[in-house]
Amino acid sequence: MLKSETKLILEVCDLHANVEDQPILNGVNLQVYAGEIHAIMGRNGSGKSTLSKVIAGHPAYKITGGTIKFEDNNLLDLDPEERARLGVFLGFQYPIEIPGVSNLEFLRVSTNARREYEKKEELDTFEFEDFVQEKLKIVKMDPAFLNRSVNEGFSGGEKKRNEILQMALLEPKLAILDETDSGLDIDALRVVAAGVNKLATPNTATILITHYQRLLNEITPNYVHVMANGKILKTAGKELALQLEKSGYDWIEQISSNKEENQ
Amino acid sequence: MKTECLEWLEQLPSPDGVLASEQLIGRESLRNLGLPKKYSEAWRLTNLKRIEKILKLPLAQSNQYENSIDKNQWPEIPKDGVRIILNNETNYKTNLPNGIRFLSNDDIKETINLSHQSIDETNDWGVSVNKACNNKLLALKVDGLEEQSLEILIPSQKETLNPSRILLVLGKKAKLKLLQVIIGEGKSSNNNLIQIHLDEGSELNHGLICFGKNDSSLFTQACIKQNIDSKYELNAIQHGWSISRFEPRVFQQNGKAKTKLNGLQISSEKQQLATHSLVNFNGPEGELEQLQKSIAADQSHCIFNGAVKVPKEAQKTNASQLSRNLLISKAARIDTKPELEIVADDVKCAHGATISQLQEEELFYLRSRGIDSNQAATLLLKGYCQEIINNLPVAAERWQILNQIIENLNK
Ligand SMILES: Nc1ncnc2c1ncn2[C@@H]1O[C@H](COP(=O)(O)OP(=O)(O)O)[C@@H](O)[C@H]1O
Ligand SMILES: [Mg+2]
Repeated sequence: MLKSETKLILEVCDLHANVEDQPILNGVNLQVYAGEIHAIMGRNGSGKSTLSKVIAGHPAYKITGGTIKFEDNNLLDLDPEERARLGVFLGFQYPIEIPGVSNLEFLRVSTNARREYEKKEELDTFEFEDFVQEKLKIVKMDPAFLNRSVNEGFSGGEKKRNEILQMALLEPKLAILDETDSGLDIDALRVVAAGVNKLATPNTATILITHYQRLLNEITPNYVHVMANGKILKTAGKELALQLEKSGYDWIEQISSNKEENQ
Repeated sequence: MKTECLEWLEQLPSPDGVLASEQLIGRESLRNLGLPKKYSEAWRLTNLKRIEKILKLPLAQSNQYENSIDKNQWPEIPKDGVRIILNNETNYKTNLPNGIRFLSNDDIKETINLSHQSIDETNDWGVSVNKACNNKLLALKVDGLEEQSLEILIPSQKETLNPSRILLVLGKKAKLKLLQVIIGEGKSSNNNLIQIHLDEGSELNHGLICFGKNDSSLFTQACIKQNIDSKYELNAIQHGWSISRFEPRVFQQNGKAKTKLNGLQISSEKQQLATHSLVNFNGPEGELEQLQKSIAADQSHCIFNGAVKVPKEAQKTNASQLSRNLLISKAARIDTKPELEIVADDVKCAHGATISQLQEEELFYLRSRGIDSNQAATLLLKGYCQEIINNLPVAAERWQILNQIIENLNK
């Protein structure tokens, strides 16, 4: 791939982050170019969700070193809402339930916030209903979910579909999907994967955080990264995912600790 | 402190009208009670300075009524709806829908004297003040199987004390949606007593909106007596009073009735809003579902005291009480206290209370979708209030209370 010709969307450099004085990220480096799909894999607790939340701007994490560039912006200088308007999207591993707040209203307000930044016209309630009907088809979601409170009482799979619906509405440049596949049966997984494939374009990029090879059967990544202890240990092509499925994570951690000892 | 009460009693007009005997009772109790005292448990948290001010206000006069009330904010009456305005006329003349009628004076005498077993009136300051100075009564009876709806609007005149009283009787299997709206004006005080009798199998959906402004105060009691198989649902909202105290008291005469009490109080600036509820089960198989919510902003104070009494005869009672509160300022305060008195042994009684701040994870979720932090907080507050507001009778929508609440919180 000729990287010099494609656009660099996300550049994470030597990123360190703490939560309550506890280091969680210990020097993450990652470059994502337009048109690419990256997969990040790794054991539970290796820091994958933390990385995604730090990129989205979660206030619980303190950045102790490094930079995150998104196109020409220093993301670390921006509030979460500003990052979202620029086109950063995080599909949550555990989407939050918000009782009393109508899903439809929430989707409309957020869509308009992003559209305003993109200099697209604001959608009023009627226009938005048409717009959202279109996008519902992508995730095969029942319109009844629009009239409920945000994620309240949704099953695991329904919450994940609602995340992909938000992604479809916001049309982000960079979508980070944190274990969007976990808890889905194979049909739901295909729907979600089809949605992601449909929304990926040559000008956008996707980061999939996942445990399972099966999502990567549906969505082909350009790169697979393995995280451990708050770092990316190894990067390779999609064949790495198959190897991980067969042999687990031990061998990679082994190799990398040998490397560190030799240094 | 007693002398201030006595002075006030002295200047009241002599007892008169259909409530003359009630006035005598009220005055007698107040003579003994004096002003509320800090050392009594029920008033411990109350800002008593603000209470003293109330008795300094002159009684509202009917000839002042027209020019001292701001009608601009009243929404129009819905097409086939009925609104009764409690002004300062002694008789509230209105066309009533079929199925609702005024009680005759004889009926009133019979019903009003059935003193409410759950109130010890000699010990009740708010009720006694109302009785002592009020000579106006709206007394209605609802009959038949068709569901009726009604709006009762209770305005206040500026810089006066505004007492009013409602007696509402629902006959067997009668159904009513009642929206009661109390509005405060500059430096006024409003004191409303509503007494409700629900006969066998009747159903009342009672919405109560209490909106004060500009240093106004509110004392309001709702005394509900439920016969078996009746259903009572209350959704009460208090907002904007310098001081307010709402006292719903439900008495399940013979048990086996359903009671649902939802309350929402939203305080800001230096306001103090309080709800003191009492549910008394007097027979078996009664049900209670209670949810009280408060939002306290700025330097305000919200109080909830929820008493539930389950005596020996109230076996198989099923009661739950939940108090969920939001502190949105460091200088604000919330006090919440369940007061369960359970003697019967075969009962289910659950209760719980939480006080929290706006949830960081909820805020982040909204912000991560491009919604700025103020708007996100507003959405969350709206959602929090909606859980109660959505249950009000439909007619309440016209009052647009949620927008007013959010506007005031964002000031
Ligand atoms: N908000 C938090 N507070 C305390 N510990 C946290 C917090 N977020 C993450 N951690 C810790 O950081 C480590 C990495 O967690 P996480 O990023 O969720 O891992 P992964 O997504 O790879 O399973 C874990 O040990 C986790 O307990
Ligand atoms: Mg995770």
